[in-house]
Amino acid sequence: MDRREFITQAIPERRQKQDFSGMARTITGLSPYTGPWTINEVRHLLKRTMFGASIPDMQYFLSLNTSSSVAELLEQINHPPYNPPQPPLNNYDATSPDANCPFGQAWPGTPDTLAPVSTVGARRRSLKSWWIGLQLNQSRSLREKMVLFWHNHFVVELDTISVGTYNYKYNELLRLHALGNFKTLVREITTNSTMLKYLNGEQNTAAAPNENYARELQELFTVGKNANGTPPYTEDDVIAAARVLTGWRNDLSGGVNSANGFNSYFDPSRHDSGNKQFSTYYNNTVITGRSGAAGATETDDLLDMIFQKDDVALNLCRKLYKFFIYYEIDAAAENDVIQPLANIFRNSNYEIAPVLSALFNSEHFFDFLNMGCLIKGPLDTCIGLLREFNVQFPSASDLAAQYAQWDRMRSQGSTLQQNLGNPPNVAGWPAYYQEPLFHELWINSDTLPKRNQFTDRILTSGYTNLGTTIKVDVLSYTASLTNPGDPLQLIEEVLALHYSIDVSVNVRNHLLSILLSGQALNSYWTTAWDDYTGDPTNTSYATIVRTRLETFYKYILSLSEYQLS
Amino acid sequence: MKRRDFIRASVPATLLPGLINGFSFRAFAGSPLIQSLAAANVTDHVLVLIQLNGGNDGLNTVIPLDQYSNLANARSNILIPDNLVLPLSGTTVTGLHPAMGGIHQLFNDGKVGIIQSVGYPQQNYSHFRSTDIWMTASDANQVLSSGWAGRYLNYEYPNYPNGYPNPTMPDPLALQIGSSVSLALQGPAASMGMAISDPTSFYNMINGIIDPAPNTPAGKELTYIRTVAQQSQQYASVILGAANNITVQSPSYPSAGSNPLADQLKIVARLVAGGLKTRIYMVNIGGFDTHSSQADAGSTTTGTHATLLARLSEAVKAFMDDLSFLNIEDRVTGLTFSEFGRRIKSNASLGTDHGAAAPMFVFGKNVEPGILGNNPQIPVSVTTSDNLPMQFDFRSVYASILEDWFCVPSADLNNIMLNNFQKLPIIQQGLCMPTDLHQLNQDAGINLISNYPNPFNESTYITFKTSGGHALIQIFDNEGRLIKTPVDGDYPEGEHKIWFENENYRSGVYYARFQNGSVQQVRNMLITR
Repeated sequence: MDRREFITQAIPERRQKQDFSGMARTITGLSPYTGPWTINEVRHLLKRTMFGASIPDMQYFLSLNTSSSVAELLEQINHPPYNPPQPPLNNYDATSPDANCPFGQAWPGTPDTLAPVSTVGARRRSLKSWWIGLQLNQSRSLREKMVLFWHNHFVVELDTISVGTYNYKYNELLRLHALGNFKTLVREITTNSTMLKYLNGEQNTAAAPNENYARELQELFTVGKNANGTPPYTEDDVIAAARVLTGWRNDLSGGVNSANGFNSYFDPSRHDSGNKQFSTYYNNTVITGRSGAAGATETDDLLDMIFQKDDVALNLCRKLYKFFIYYEIDAAAENDVIQPLANIFRNSNYEIAPVLSALFNSEHFFDFLNMGCLIKGPLDTCIGLLREFNVQFPSASDLAAQYAQWDRMRSQGSTLQQNLGNPPNVAGWPAYYQEPLFHELWINSDTLPKRNQFTDRILTSGYTNLGTTIKVDVLSYTASLTNPGDPLQLIEEVLALHYSIDVSVNVRNHLLSILLSGQALNSYWTTAWDDYTGDPTNTSYATIVRTRLETFYKYILSLSEYQLS
Repeated sequence: MKRRDFIRASVPATLLPGLINGFSFRAFAGSPLIQSLAAANVTDHVLVLIQLNGGNDGLNTVIPLDQYSNLANARSNILIPDNLVLPLSGTTVTGLHPAMGGIHQLFNDGKVGIIQSVGYPQQNYSHFRSTDIWMTASDANQVLSSGWAGRYLNYEYPNYPNGYPNPTMPDPLALQIGSSVSLALQGPAASMGMAISDPTSFYNMINGIIDPAPNTPAGKELTYIRTVAQQSQQYASVILGAANNITVQSPSYPSAGSNPLADQLKIVARLVAGGLKTRIYMVNIGGFDTHSSQADAGSTTTGTHATLLARLSEAVKAFMDDLSFLNIEDRVTGLTFSEFGRRIKSNASLGTDHGAAAPMFVFGKNVEPGILGNNPQIPVSVTTSDNLPMQFDFRSVYASILEDWFCVPSADLNNIMLNNFQKLPIIQQGLCMPTDLHQLNQDAGINLISNYPNPFNESTYITFKTSGGHALIQIFDNEGRLIKTPVDGDYPEGEHKIWFENENYRSGVYYARFQNGSVQQVRNMLITR
């Protein structure tokens, strides 16, 4: 299904505008949260800031308090200085032999091989698989969730870029600055080779200006649009910004080799050295035209001018809010959360960590009314489940299978309408911006059954690839719980681990009837579980508990409640 | 003219349903003349499975009056007074628990068959394990991961769920009402059934009611998702349509909520009459695990077991009345089963412990009425460990129903039951007509994997269709053991063929499981040597 079709199908006609009237809303702001620190708060924090809340992570953060948990997630404590992960490896030699990089070696930095089989597609897949692997194996950090946030913010559709290393360097940049300085990130992304290709910056010359990046820089990346959808800047500002940015190019546009390490460079001969006049929105700023290598510094002037606008911080804080809290920002939230957050952002010279720290430490974040209201995105659903149930992937020693299984999960996210590396367009995934439904766009009559098919399958047959199978091991997962022999305790613990909102007595009774196979006595489950743990190699004992647990978890993961975090 | 009307009209009434000159009616009905005239459509045939969770005490359900004194020695504290046992027509030695007036009447009307002492060799006394054995139709020492009904549905609709629903089969293959989809409906790859977890959720579904949610952002999103869930339930609209076709049902049912089994069966009748082509319905009633207070002290005709049997009997009777009321009696056969019977000797707490063989009831207009088998023999002196031996293997019951009600050719029964079982006269003969429906079902949906020849001895070709990317074919034996992975790699979009060789595998059923992206399909292969 193409994106347009998806969107039209997803929006029910009955509702053109969301109605929040009469609904309980928050009155909390950014004061630090000082309430209880229980499984409810930890689960809320982890499900929002990481991909799923695994049992070991929950136990770990329960032993900390709120502020040190947030500091750890921001890598301010208990983390070594950031060190980039090992780059993606050649996992594709069997189908696309790579003359420039042997099997098992990192391919970024080497040219793509074009013959006999082009490695461009294989490297792209390798990169995306590797990215999924980083999400699955994330440390106790916000970084991977923020990489996804920035990917959705500074969109590049990797499938449109045919230089493997460019794509890698784009990803590397987002990850490096994920918790760093926003202004630095904007400066870097503006002249990033991948972005120069994606938004035609490399074709933006004095003789033939291309306004594509200059527009998105303002409309999407920085100042954004007003609440009514109109831009605060003018069309002339777009033209002037495009002229400022003329001259940036990649050394071999469309090519696959690079003489200077796949970096962009500034070509003064293509730069428009005239003065650039901006509108009253930018206080009638004139950026003085410069020739020669100095022309590149106009880019810094442009960003300095843009970052003078209050709208930059407001736009970013609203976007963070919608990503991490809820898509509806009412007047109270705007006043008590967004405005003060934007002040923090500006006062810290656009450092990202202080904003996130204030947000995740706040009463507002832990407000009961902000719990369980976020519809999980597809990647959050898939990666979160795999992490929460500790699904084992092939090890690095079986590289081809490891990447193949990572790719399988990437493809699963894609089936659910979130293809990592390929947002549908420069605005990102509609669920993060499209009024009035926002996150509700993830759930429609096509995707909801597919979410259930995924959870059913990962619990039963699993996914087999190159001789390996990934699936939930319901027996070992259940054995890791506190007291699985007590069916009531098992139910409560699993609900507390996986659900952000409570369920009815009927649901609990139904779960019990699954464990008891409709029998009346809880002890029948206890006996079955004890039989199994007493003799784990007995196939009959194992099958008895496994079939019931599979049905049990299938039911839990199929309920509407499970889609919320 | 309807088939049954024809039979009624052409046979003197006095000869029904008994014997014609010593030939039983079923032999008459099975004659080629009747077969050719009775153009039964096998799609019509519906099977309703009633699970009695907990292990029903067969000896206090179907009571062997000729064993009464020995029975009195073994279980005096729960024994039903012989003068209160309901006598069954045509026999003086067997009767029913006095709470079972409805089934008693149905029996005397020729609409119930009783199969004595059904079980399996080497009885397992665990509820869970024995339930799984009944659901999967495995041997006592064999662990199967698919259910017998699921294997049947996979045999009949091999492409399911790929390309379903479709015009040939627009409806769920099986529906479970009152709990999650059971193991019985699990096919070799996919579950073949859908669950309506309770009657309330069924009524919510047909009335578009969404469970209440709190007036918070989380509640708002929950309601949104639930609404989509209800709308996107694959079969919601056909179930809704069928339910809405029936606005009046028989008044025989007890009031809603007073008998959960009757509530479930009422839904089944409504959906069958409303036009669903669904083949199998599963319903259940729990509480039969009567270790204590099975009967009230001093009043053995009341108590837990009496209440349960009364509900069972009342529900089945009302259901049968409704089938007649709705004019679908010809299409429905039902049976009861429980994971085991109970011990011959009662315990001191007015109850019985886990036992072995027990009777099954089959009901419907097309069942072979009467009692199959003999009364169990009760020893003079019974110890606590004594159990009733089985007379019939429960898998013979399943196999006979598959053959005579679902019209599976006897040659194909092995595919489903994984073994040969005795054929029992449970369903009247002559209900299976040659039709092209089986072939239509075979072709319905999207076929992704097939093999030829099948059955095979030395080797077979496996053909599969991929939509590109990674493709996998695994061969499993009937116990789910992976024996070979002939395909595991990237294949271009299109049809591919591989040669699969029998590397000394034993005879039997094998499953070729195909996986490509998010789709999977399983094909039965039969190796004969």
